[in-house]
Amino acid sequence: MAYEKVNELNLKDTELRLGLPGTEEVIQEQEFSCVRSNKRPFESNDEEAREEEASTPPTKTQIVGWPPVRSYRKNNSSVSYVKVSMDGAPYLRKIDLKTYKNYPELLKALENMFKFTIGEYCEREGYKGSGFVPTYEDKDGDWMLVGDVPWDMFSSSCKRLRIMKGSDALALDSAL
Amino acid sequence: MNYFPDEVTEHVFDFVTSHKDRNAISLVCKSWYKIERYSRQRVFIGNCYAINPERLLRRFPCLKSLTLKGKPHFADFNLVPHEWGGFVQPWIEALARSRVGLEELRLKRMVVTDESLELLSRSFPNFKSLVLVSCEGFTTDGLASIAANCRHIRDLDLQENEIDDHRGQWLSCFPDTCTSLVTLNFACLEGETNLVALERLVARSPNLKSLKLNRAVPLDALARLMACAPQIVDLGVGSYENDRESEPYLKLEAAIKKCTSLRSLSGFLEAAPHCLSAFHPICHNLTSLNLSYAAEIHSSHLIKLIQHCNKLQRLWILDSIGDKGLAVVASTCKELQELRVFPSDLVGGGNTAVTEDGLVAISAGCTKLHSILYFCQQMTNAALITVAKNCPNFIRFRLCILEPNKPDHVTSGPLDEGFGAIVRACKSLRRLSLSGLLTDQVFHYIGKYAHELEMLSIAFAGDTDKGMLYVLDGCKKMRKLEIRDSPFGDTALLADVNKYETMRSLWMSSCEVTLGGCKRIAQIAPWLNVEIINENNNNRMEENGHEGRQEVDKLYLYRTVVGTRTDAPPFVWIL
Repeated sequence: MAYEKVNELNLKDTELRLGLPGTEEVIQEQEFSCVRSNKRPFESNDEEAREEEASTPPTKTQIVGWPPVRSYRKNNSSVSYVKVSMDGAPYLRKIDLKTYKNYPELLKALENMFKFTIGEYCEREGYKGSGFVPTYEDKDGDWMLVGDVPWDMFSSSCKRLRIMKGSDALALDSAL
Repeated sequence: MNYFPDEVTEHVFDFVTSHKDRNAISLVCKSWYKIERYSRQRVFIGNCYAINPERLLRRFPCLKSLTLKGKPHFADFNLVPHEWGGFVQPWIEALARSRVGLEELRLKRMVVTDESLELLSRSFPNFKSLVLVSCEGFTTDGLASIAANCRHIRDLDLQENEIDDHRGQWLSCFPDTCTSLVTLNFACLEGETNLVALERLVARSPNLKSLKLNRAVPLDALARLMACAPQIVDLGVGSYENDRESEPYLKLEAAIKKCTSLRSLSGFLEAAPHCLSAFHPICHNLTSLNLSYAAEIHSSHLIKLIQHCNKLQRLWILDSIGDKGLAVVASTCKELQELRVFPSDLVGGGNTAVTEDGLVAISAGCTKLHSILYFCQQMTNAALITVAKNCPNFIRFRLCILEPNKPDHVTSGPLDEGFGAIVRACKSLRRLSLSGLLTDQVFHYIGKYAHELEMLSIAFAGDTDKGMLYVLDGCKKMRKLEIRDSPFGDTALLADVNKYETMRSLWMSSCEVTLGGCKRIAQIAPWLNVEIINENNNNRMEENGHEGRQEVDKLYLYRTVVGTRTDAPPFVWIL
């Protein structure tokens, strides 16, 4: 479900049209309708589109090529250190997401760092087998299961990691 | 016309070095054209598809230095697919065949292969200088060829390229007899470096003035390198993570104190925050400082460093420095000419790091400022008007408000008046980038006042075709116009096709130009290459008679004297 939401957002975001997705921009368009006329017709129904956008929480969505920063610089902005907490551990750790290229690498590093094993991931049921579930907080502030979305999408939207265990994890498992 | 023998005229021409001036000279008369072309050593080609190597060599057989630019500027922001073009291989092949005495090659946004580098290294015995900026397509194997075969290599300068690092031994490929290096910049390489080879190379290069290391060069190696290159003028630090009490750090402190010629500092690609203090002793000599990759360093440390840099002329920094930090810059760096403030949080945390206050402070304190690139969260007309009053000498003014269409946050209106004030006051303005909420009015101002404007970048701006028309009509010196996500269509595009002959190129993406409009231009102006980039359908767009309504995703048109290029990939349709 979360994946679909993200997917949907992204489709809208990369749709090339005037103005922006997101509540703020819709409001602006209405205020300044005398100043800017939306020349390009929406492909979907206007009312529907605006309603959907109004219900989506305002987030910093990604427009292709914006902000105008060279990809070299984007790749090198090492603001990819995220805090990692493990339920029951006395202190948090920090890891640089940039140093991992995919989920297996990340999970292995976490396993080494906190000395535990994560179960097998499957799309249907999450992580089975160990009682530990890796989760992350995304840009919207939601707690998501690690592994659902493509790696690049994950690494650019992950703000912090939390390894849940025990009853919390079980509750998540059964909810799924 | 000629009262002097040719040799004398040629000698006079030797004193004329700027490309523009030499181009002007060649237009005076046939005899000057002839003398100029045989004596021309440095050629600049702003668009590699505007001319071909054969014609270049026919006209300038004594060529020694060539600068080539490939992809359009918006390629920097992933708007141009990788395979679009800009291949250097045919150029090197042609130059090699002609046996021209090439000594210097500077490439920007081009596709370079290991094969090209190998051919380059073997074909020109006097080759001295290779500068690659924002290029891609090669690996460290290509660098190994350059190192091994260019016996007189002076500059190897790699800036922000995408290089496949094979973690090989390219540095050891410089022969022991190579002692001529002046510039060595490999900061953009990701992999490990052979530190022993690097140290030996630096030790045997007494003329080395510019050394920029990659992140794999640790602190203790840096200390040793600086100890054997105290003559260094321009240093790029790689990794910098040790404790202040550690021995490598103390050695570094000692080495830095001896580098009395150091004027330019950059890098800090992986930097622990406290490390900057080692550099405090030489800060008063610095004229250029680039800390824009040092994301880990807190603003307090940056400010402590900058407080010592009273001779700074060029500063590149992250917005984490904040308005407070910029106020310190304004009061300390009275010689500042160029400032770039980059966004530190690209994922979008929404922290207001720098605002219009920082920009105003800078404009008030740094009266010699002529170039600025400023990423910020918000702006007001009042601030821009003040900036224009404080700094009428801007040559380059690039403002990027991170949220597209964002209005003046005080009045909630468009920023037309602010930018209008800038173009009115800054009579020498050559480059301008717009952002924020803007109507056609800002373009009216630009067309009316920006007489010297050569490059304009527009994103999410304007209301009608009138906007673009104002610019095309008013800016007589326009060379590069790039527009994205703005409501300009065929009417503006077709209004004055001859204008494009006076320009290098026009880029329009996510605007309202149609296939019909583009075809019309291609018909009227055969001396233009009209390229349609359509990644979504690999084949041509449907020719179903509705071309007048079919909008074009990306349009790139440019003047050329050699017609349609033959190396375009399938998703590029040249009309």
